[in-house]
Amino acid sequence: MSKITLQDLSHSYLQSQNKDEDWAIRNVNIDWQDGGAYALLGPSGCGKTTLLNIISGLINPTKGKILFNDEDITKKNPVERNIAQIFQFPVIYDTMTVFENLAFPLRNRQIPEDEINNKVNEIAEMLELTSTLNNRASGLTADGKQKISLGRGLARSDVNVIMFDEPLTVIDPHLKWILRSKLKELHQKIKRTMIYVTHDQTEALTFADQVVVMHDGQIVQTGTPVELFEKPKHTFVGHFIGSPGMNILSCQINNGSVAINGTKIETSNSKIGASNFSKIELGIRPEFISFDKKGLPVKILNVSNTGKNKIIETESDGGKIKLIIKAGEKVPEGSAFLTFKKDYTYIYGDDWIVEK
Amino acid sequence: MNKTVNQKAWFFVIPVFVLVAFNAIIPLMTVVNYAFQETFGNNQFMWEGTRWFKQILVSERFHAALGRQVLFTLIILVIQIPLGIFIALNMPKEGIGVPICLVLMSMPLLIPWNVVGAMWNIFALPDIGFLGHSLNAMGFDYNFTQQSGDAWFTTILMDVWHWTSLVVLLSYAGLRSIQPAYYQAAEIDGATRWAVFRHIELPKMKKVLTIAILLRFMDSFMIYTEPFVLTGGGPGNATAFLSIDLVKMALGQFDLGPAAAMSLIYFFIVLTVCWVFYNLMMRNESKS
Repeated sequence: MSKITLQDLSHSYLQSQNKDEDWAIRNVNIDWQDGGAYALLGPSGCGKTTLLNIISGLINPTKGKILFNDEDITKKNPVERNIAQIFQFPVIYDTMTVFENLAFPLRNRQIPEDEINNKVNEIAEMLELTSTLNNRASGLTADGKQKISLGRGLARSDVNVIMFDEPLTVIDPHLKWILRSKLKELHQKIKRTMIYVTHDQTEALTFADQVVVMHDGQIVQTGTPVELFEKPKHTFVGHFIGSPGMNILSCQINNGSVAINGTKIETSNSKIGASNFSKIELGIRPEFISFDKKGLPVKILNVSNTGKNKIIETESDGGKIKLIIKAGEKVPEGSAFLTFKKDYTYIYGDDWIVEK
Repeated sequence: MNKTVNQKAWFFVIPVFVLVAFNAIIPLMTVVNYAFQETFGNNQFMWEGTRWFKQILVSERFHAALGRQVLFTLIILVIQIPLGIFIALNMPKEGIGVPICLVLMSMPLLIPWNVVGAMWNIFALPDIGFLGHSLNAMGFDYNFTQQSGDAWFTTILMDVWHWTSLVVLLSYAGLRSIQPAYYQAAEIDGATRWAVFRHIELPKMKKVLTIAILLRFMDSFMIYTEPFVLTGGGPGNATAFLSIDLVKMALGQFDLGPAAAMSLIYFFIVLTVCWVFYNLMMRNESKS
């Protein structure tokens, strides 16, 4: 169990790096507290697996340091780091029984056999594998196999961190839900630092206390699920998280006030002077928009009903805007006016939120 | 739904049937024909029943040839399978070394059998061959044309040179299909190099190794051309393996009946061993 610190971490798979795109991850700084549940969220190819493999020691970073409990372990191998990792595809040892699979990491560390027995039985109990302990592992279904991978990660009680690399990819949807709640439950029970890599926002937001959103090899925001939702620091976080994502509209700034083609919009961070940004945009989530008698004029394009809510697609002078209203509310025909909740309306300069 | 009865579909089977008939069934039936009869030429046959089979099964000459054959095949498998796996494990996994190694490994496989035999014959000649001359210069009394131990040594060395590559290539393909996550997980689990081999690499290579062992068993058990060119079965009968002995009997002595019976027994042994072996190896596959 330990606290994990990443300092100025950068990694490239190329021999020489000339431009930003040559880096798989760039200038990553993270402080993770002991016993927390963290998620690394981002689309495929954003560098999250690279980052995970650097923490586990399977990859040596090009630059930067990794510290476990303030001790520099950058040069140490995975065994010395004493970590556990669960991969996207279930890794099991075909020739062994379920019991032997779970005992394998313990036996490799010369732990006394009676202790192994207790530990394996305890893990099997937790993961509901007890009845299959003496079966050959190769005969199990995909989720059974993934439970074994998980069990091998949990078997050692002294690991510094348990890492999950999209562990539910190959699992059936209904079992996904069960395993996900199992993971959450396990975290509460054993209180070990866990890092969960995924491209699925639901998985990340339900599992983690703190979510790290990655985009093009960089960390764009770290925060609780609520923070990511209510105040995205980067337009990427805005549209990656939420369904539908944040509306990003083009806007103009004159003397500190924001307008979309002449219609003045109140924002929570509009007190900016003549900006040095090449691109100025306004972000507002569909949940914080409502119809009104006056405001931003829009044309209604499309209404889709999700059961509980209606998602309405409209066209404004700043671009398309989606908003969510309750299913019972009436949708105006043809054209309408929209108002934005001021506290959740933000100005983004070159994709980053503009701080006051 | 009622199926239409249309026997015309049988016509599609005819080409295959004709091909198989000409390259397997008809020649085999000819052998069966000879195995149960005695002939003096002129297409005159006399029924002999199972006499040739009984004669072959109790013949000391057959026992000796079979013994040599089994010993040869066992030695070949014991050397080539582990050696092939060992080479495959140590082959480069990326970079320019991969094509170089693959081409080098394929080379012996591309050389015709009788050329291999002739090459090794010259290579091993005690007076002018590089191998034979060098061994004698080092103080070994080496002469594969006169000493049966040397003949065996040379035959085995030749076969190892010729066929180990097949095991290497198959094993290499099997190894390359293992996902990196397995190695990473093993590294994290603290597995030793031996445990990685025993619990990841070997089980994942099981299918290709089954094929490799089957092919090497069949080919080495039926080996003919190379030892025929290299030693001609000698000195004496020291390297007269089953097929060499069979050809001697059929074409040398023109004992067609016993030779045909021996062919069938030979065929039956190969078939049985392959069947038993394959079923043993695949025993656990069907369960999962």
